[in-house]
Amino acid sequence: MTDPILRMAGIVKQFPGVRALDGVDLDVLPGEVHCLLGQNGAGKSTLIKVLSGAHRPDEGTITWLDEEVRLTDPTAAMRRGIATIYQELDLVDGLSVAANIFLGHELAAVGFARRGEMRRAARDLLARLGHPEISPSTEVGQLAAAGKQVVSMARALSHDARLIIMDEPSAVLDQNEVERLFGVIRDLTRDDVAVVYISHRLEEIREIGDRVSVLKDGRSVATGLPAKSTPTADVIRLMTGRTVEYVIPERRQDSSTGEPMLSVEGLSRAGEFEDVSFEVRGGEIIGLAGLVGSGRSEILETVYGARRARTGVVTVAGRRLRNGSVSAAVSAGVGLCPEERKSQALLLGESVARNVSLASLPRFSNASFMDRSAEIDVAREQIQSLDLRPPDPKREVRLFSGGNQQKVVLARWLTTGSRVLLLDEPTRGVDVGARSELYKLIQRLADEGVAIVLVSSEIPEVLGLADRVLVVREGQVVHEGPAADIDEHQVLDLVMEGSAA
Amino acid sequence: MSEKTSPATAAAPPPDEHQRMEVGAEAVPRSRFARIMASSAGRNLGLVVALAVVCVIGVITAGDLFADVDNVITILRLAVVVGIVSIGMTFVIIGGGIDLSVGAIVALASVWATTVATQQLAADFHWIIIVFTAMAVGAGCGLVNGVLVAYGRIAPFIATLAMFAAARGLAEIISDKRNQLVDDPGYVDFFARELFGVPVLVYVFALVAAIGWVLLNRTTFGRRTIAVGGNEEAARLAGIKVQRHTVYLYVLLGVACGIAAAMLLARTGTGTAQHGVLLELDAIAAVVIGGTLLTGGRGTIVGTVLGVLIFQTLSNIFTLNNLDTSDQAVAKGVIIVAAVLLQQFVAKRAGST
Repeated sequence: MTDPILRMAGIVKQFPGVRALDGVDLDVLPGEVHCLLGQNGAGKSTLIKVLSGAHRPDEGTITWLDEEVRLTDPTAAMRRGIATIYQELDLVDGLSVAANIFLGHELAAVGFARRGEMRRAARDLLARLGHPEISPSTEVGQLAAAGKQVVSMARALSHDARLIIMDEPSAVLDQNEVERLFGVIRDLTRDDVAVVYISHRLEEIREIGDRVSVLKDGRSVATGLPAKSTPTADVIRLMTGRTVEYVIPERRQDSSTGEPMLSVEGLSRAGEFEDVSFEVRGGEIIGLAGLVGSGRSEILETVYGARRARTGVVTVAGRRLRNGSVSAAVSAGVGLCPEERKSQALLLGESVARNVSLASLPRFSNASFMDRSAEIDVAREQIQSLDLRPPDPKREVRLFSGGNQQKVVLARWLTTGSRVLLLDEPTRGVDVGARSELYKLIQRLADEGVAIVLVSSEIPEVLGLADRVLVVREGQVVHEGPAADIDEHQVLDLVMEGSAA
Repeated sequence: MSEKTSPATAAAPPPDEHQRMEVGAEAVPRSRFARIMASSAGRNLGLVVALAVVCVIGVITAGDLFADVDNVITILRLAVVVGIVSIGMTFVIIGGGIDLSVGAIVALASVWATTVATQQLAADFHWIIIVFTAMAVGAGCGLVNGVLVAYGRIAPFIATLAMFAAARGLAEIISDKRNQLVDDPGYVDFFARELFGVPVLVYVFALVAAIGWVLLNRTTFGRRTIAVGGNEEAARLAGIKVQRHTVYLYVLLGVACGIAAAMLLARTGTGTAQHGVLLELDAIAAVVIGGTLLTGGRGTIVGTVLGVLIFQTLSNIFTLNNLDTSDQAVAKGVIIVAAVLLQQFVAKRAGST
């Protein structure tokens, strides 16, 4: 076997409050297509940025062509022959194809751009990529997504790239364009250019990939698996990290007796999900299982009114909610714990008490004047009831751990007296010990009569907590039934069907 | 971490422990001093010190001319207009916006409140009509700004830039580019009258500042403002009507501009389209110096008042030393940059995000 052209070992990258990469290893061989897999937030983007010189790693080594290197900035990476094609293509729409290809390293003579020469060189590169029909003088803004991608690749080649990193290139392409992209990739690898390819679509990885590495929570959980022969179930297991122990307490009382609390009928949103219907009784937990991008979070947000439904009706305790109105949902007693706690739910620089009261300000005010002692008192009650640590209502929320921040969001909805709770990935970024505490809390709330809709990527979590499960794939509900009648592998099969090779 | 053990760990953290602290979300601010300085009270303390330093410079360079009761009153009198506008501006900036049109709105309100028709009405009823007209004009302009920003989804910078141009233009059309004198001597007299040696004008500023403080710190309106500016998405998902609140914020600032225009009429006795030129920059500068984040979500009224006073005292010192306004402008620029750099330094030291 040939020596790898790139070897990353023990890469650590730290951001304030989060360890985005925590020991990542990656070997890339010349002329291979190396696929990088991982869920959202697993650290793929950060890893790419380290490799392209946009971020400097805090620890670890990068060996490029048998020499340890420091990629201090994007230009340094480019000079060594590492080119990155980002998801949001970093092209200048107002410039010509040729100008974009040579952006930053224009061919020039005494300060004057040698336009003719650049156009010629651009034409050669585009031809090499199998797209001679793209004219170097076209404005990039006029090209379709696929054309832009080719221009990005031509730019990479203009740097004599030995390694090209592609961040979800297929996300913006249709089937034909993907086929052509694969043709280009095959041509490149024939010339010994290596490609690091990132995609969520397993079937693509089967088709184009040679080897696969999997990231999970900023760590390498597998490196260099054969792309064609590794079973889908294994890949999924690595991505979702079934290493975690799920200590989910036994579910208690019969939940089928409560009154229907939330009912969703024929809910649709163009391009996101179609004809979703379900009903949740008070005291019942409904689990939505599905991959990232399957439409599960979009369903929750639409039920909540944060997105406007194209068709469908949401009813809470018999009252129909106004479409696209969060405040209507909140006053009807619906609460959402969103997927991205920090950016969507919390005022990080404000105190626990102020975060808890945010959705029920009128309750704490008298003719608009805040009753701050009542606010603190209620926060204290919630702190005690949810066992928030440290139990300080005046402490800024950013100083709490992930599990405790999640409790603050829950406390907000308990304070408004929510009867329906929509939980989107409630245990993301929460460590194992705190997880089981959150599980108990969610079960307790259900026992108290709250109707709960739970979205999670972690299938055992959904199965363990929910009374009934809905499996969502590509915006369709493909299965609905009691959680006890289905096991993890069956859910996985349903979730992955059509994606598996 | 208990009080007793913390000094020891802080003094010599084992490398492992140090790492862990950096990793966790509970990284503790490094020193007590930095923590205090980063709190709003601490930032305001810094501003008080800055104001004191400016006053010492005043005494040294201008001596008795500066340290004179009449001079202090003059400083306060001149701070009234920019001060009232800055209070309103504080709300808009905390709420995540910006308003470049305040100077133009003040001009328009001053002109509209001194038209023949308005003054006739004021003569028939009471001069208070002039004040109400100015406030109504300001509120109207603020409403337009707010609706464009919140519902038209135009960037605040652009929407208010349009108002910046249009309002002053309208003021010129209405006044025919002439100065309009306030006819009713009672109007000017009322605000110039002194209570305990201080003109009523200054009390109006104090009252506006006090109302602003209560509104920001003690009401649901203030809470919503902080939430909308601090994390718009979180505010929206908590059921706060973000668009409507944004409109309220611009209307509030518009009303403040109206009051400021009324005070300007009282001080100068004239309404003109030339009022309030560069007022937006002075107001934004005072708010920023006062520790309000331009990105929204955090700020104080006390800081803004101190920011206004620092600037006003400084220009007073320049005037007393017969330095021209160009030197003042340069000094202002330097001070704004220095103040913001200092704030960033303190914020970083405190480990805030």
